[in-house]
Amino acid sequence: MAKRIETVGLSCFYGKTKAVDDVSIAIEPKSVTAFIGPSGCGKSTFLRALNRMHEVIPGARIDGQVLLDDEDIYAPEIDAAAVRRTIGMVFQRPNPFPTMSIYDNVAAGLRLNGVRRKSDLDSAVERSLRGANLWEEVRSRLNKPGAGLSGGQQQRLCIARAIAVEPQVLLMDEPCSSLDPISTLAIEDLIFELKDRYTIVIVTHNMQQAARVSDVTAFFTLRGPGEPGYLVESDTTQKIFTNPSEKRTEDYITGRFG
Amino acid sequence: MTAVSPGVDAVPLRDVRSSRRGDRVFSGITLLSGLVVFALLGAIAVFLVVKALPALQHDKSSFWTTKIWDPDGTGHYGVASLVYGTALSSVLALAMAVPVALGVAVYTVEYAPQRIGRLLGYVTDMLAAVPSVVYGLWGLFFLLPHLVGLQEFLNHWLGWIPLFGGAHGDVNTFSKSVFAASVILAIMILPIVAAISREVIRQVDPAQKEAALALGATRWEVLRIAVFPPSRPGIVSAVMLGLGRALGETIAVALVIGNTFDISAHVLTPGGNTIAANIANRFGEAGSLGVSALIASGLVLFVITLLVNLIARYVIYRSGVQERSAAV
Amino acid sequence: MTADLYAGRGLTSRTLPRPALAGIVVAAVAIAWVLFAVTPLQGVADFIVFATVLAVAAVTVSTLAVEGRRRAVDRLATSGALVALALTLLPLGFTLGYTIYRGAKRFSGNFLTHSMAGVGPFAPNGGVYHAIVGTLEQVLIASLIAVPLGLLVAIYVTEYGRNAFGTAIRFLIDVMTGIPSIVAGLFVLAFWIQALHHGFSGFAGSLALAILELPIVVRSAEEMIRLVPASLREASYALGVAKWKTILRIVLPTAATGITTGVMLAIARVTGETAPVLLVVGNNNFIHTNVFNGPQASLPLYVFGGAGSSSNFDVDRAWAAALTLILIVVVLYVGARLLTRRNSLARR
Repeated sequence: MAKRIETVGLSCFYGKTKAVDDVSIAIEPKSVTAFIGPSGCGKSTFLRALNRMHEVIPGARIDGQVLLDDEDIYAPEIDAAAVRRTIGMVFQRPNPFPTMSIYDNVAAGLRLNGVRRKSDLDSAVERSLRGANLWEEVRSRLNKPGAGLSGGQQQRLCIARAIAVEPQVLLMDEPCSSLDPISTLAIEDLIFELKDRYTIVIVTHNMQQAARVSDVTAFFTLRGPGEPGYLVESDTTQKIFTNPSEKRTEDYITGRFG
Repeated sequence: MTAVSPGVDAVPLRDVRSSRRGDRVFSGITLLSGLVVFALLGAIAVFLVVKALPALQHDKSSFWTTKIWDPDGTGHYGVASLVYGTALSSVLALAMAVPVALGVAVYTVEYAPQRIGRLLGYVTDMLAAVPSVVYGLWGLFFLLPHLVGLQEFLNHWLGWIPLFGGAHGDVNTFSKSVFAASVILAIMILPIVAAISREVIRQVDPAQKEAALALGATRWEVLRIAVFPPSRPGIVSAVMLGLGRALGETIAVALVIGNTFDISAHVLTPGGNTIAANIANRFGEAGSLGVSALIASGLVLFVITLLVNLIARYVIYRSGVQERSAAV
Repeated sequence: MTADLYAGRGLTSRTLPRPALAGIVVAAVAIAWVLFAVTPLQGVADFIVFATVLAVAAVTVSTLAVEGRRRAVDRLATSGALVALALTLLPLGFTLGYTIYRGAKRFSGNFLTHSMAGVGPFAPNGGVYHAIVGTLEQVLIASLIAVPLGLLVAIYVTEYGRNAFGTAIRFLIDVMTGIPSIVAGLFVLAFWIQALHHGFSGFAGSLALAILELPIVVRSAEEMIRLVPASLREASYALGVAKWKTILRIVLPTAATGITTGVMLAIARVTGETAPVLLVVGNNNFIHTNVFNGPQASLPLYVFGGAGSSSNFDVDRAWAAALTLILIVVVLYVGARLLTRRNSLARR
């Protein structure tokens, strides 16, 4: 199910301002890739370009290619909404639909895609909630509002909602930054389990999290003040954190800047 | 003790006391103004009731169920047909205005580019700035003749619905009718419903919309699952405020409604009346009992609009939406 | 399994390119055009409605065929929003346009500077000078009552009224915004004219207009005062300045632009009010500058009176008066909006 996602010379613009400069990176299926780097260097912008969420902002555009298993997702005949169904996203702050129950939240994507039969929905909801390690905690109150859960539970609900539509790739934009350490650990464990079935890309400003969770780490930073962000280097997590090739990477890892 | 800044030491005690006195005087004045508001509303209620009493006591038939209006003549008068006409024209106006208002509100916030959206907001608000007498004049001379075609169409194809029924001869003339009044009312309440709905929709949490987009929803689907559900209370309140405005509208309705006292389901045929229009149309010739009767009907209108507005404000208060006063 | 639901669904779906959409709309309009030329169907309005319905249907059906159900529903929604937009702009355009068109006939400097003194309904001359004077005076007095009072109430509610009384005042002001203008007129009729035995006068009208103007002033002033940052007030208190001086010298000047905007909009609103004026001001064909004594003319009432007249001259004059009224209101409205641009507190 998981697919390979690759960018070729991808640059991201907000109007005339370039925010991300010429990034080429390949992300292998069923792996976890972490994007690390100082805040404001374009990691989230780049992530959003991968599922065509970047262009939702007025004036935003990209240059270059994003290939999903060799299919360019920005080709003119491609439907952006279809891309977003295939490449799911979990956001920094949990955002379950407040007027919907837990069940309806998870089923939202499925219903949009035309799944109507209750039995299909029931099994999909259970499967997704189990996959997000939330099933046992909420199985008895599926019709309670999604907003009534704790922060960590809400985020796992959002993950369940995202995986319910069986995406090929799962993008996570600093998913733990608004959560407490216990919930963070729970999500990290979850990511470890999910990587068997999905390709996962996670943006994090927490280096230790990247070291714990990812197989591949990519380090981004700004070329200089007022300049766009760029990819410094990308390699196995082991190598980045013990023996990086670039000096800038080493400086960041060892805390000399950032 | 080390020297403190000379400025502080040099403040004479008198100034401190005078500033406290100033505060007391000023806050007293503002409190007084608040009391004036209280007194004003109390006075409105009291004087309306007092001056309405003669009519309420002297009528020869029940004030609530009599249809005709002849206080200075036969002494029979009642608000039955007036309340019916007020309610019917307002509800019809709502039915026409609300879908359009919601549509333009959604367009302004979600479809239009930001600058155009802002401009559109001003233009829509401009509809509210046009005085009602101008709408009435326009309705009388422009709308009534142009409505004939539509009236015929409705009567022909949908005449089996009592609302659009009526003899063909009655329908295909320039008729001052409940329908004409409803159309004018719809145009007049459109900007209010649109303005409040716009604010409500604008305040939807963008994170919700992002969540829906990330699931691969189309723009309409984002509206359906992430924008409309949390906006519902605010939109309900907007509709009720529009209703309140429609109920009380006087001059535009007075110019285009038929000024008769029947209770009929046909809205396309000449006729119809509302409480407010009746007051405007009858005031000139009313004798003392007549004026008292008109005041009594005004009191009924006041109570109805009060209730509607209270419910609307309560719904908005419960939903926690911030209302922008310049739009109201 | 749900995996089957996605089997075979690639990213590529056929899409209708923009030019094709435009072509479909044009084709629909053309078909409507032909139909109206050939068949008994007639009329400009009918044509517009028919063409619109046909175009929307054509676009939706072709999207359904090529791009699928979800996209078709999305297109239908977009069409609906556009139609709503047109239905909103059309009445505004027609009202303003038609008023200008009919009003231009009698509108002139002469019209604005002469009254109806000695001019009967079937005479061709006459103007609105007396009505303009009347309206200006009535609105001025109403504002002189409503604006200071409204400001004081707003100050009380925001600065001193953090208690049940303040909440009650806010609630009552909300109630007041919903009072129909005719009810305000009825109250002044019952109170000032009947109970206190005054006759018709411009001042009575001002009282009714003030009742309508007050809540608008209070709410916009209240909103603007709330927008003044707390840090500004705190800086002043920290310097030892008394609360009342802080309000007068710091808070109000900061909120001044916004408050002025609110006042201008409130004035624009009450200038056009006919119903209360109808009940308590009476009418006068002559220029009557004493606003406190005796019936006076007013612009909205002039329009209302002319509208029902059987004389074409009266009707033409009514249209010109309506144009005058709209000009005043639009100038106030646009002025208020332009002023908002210079408001540092505005949430733009």
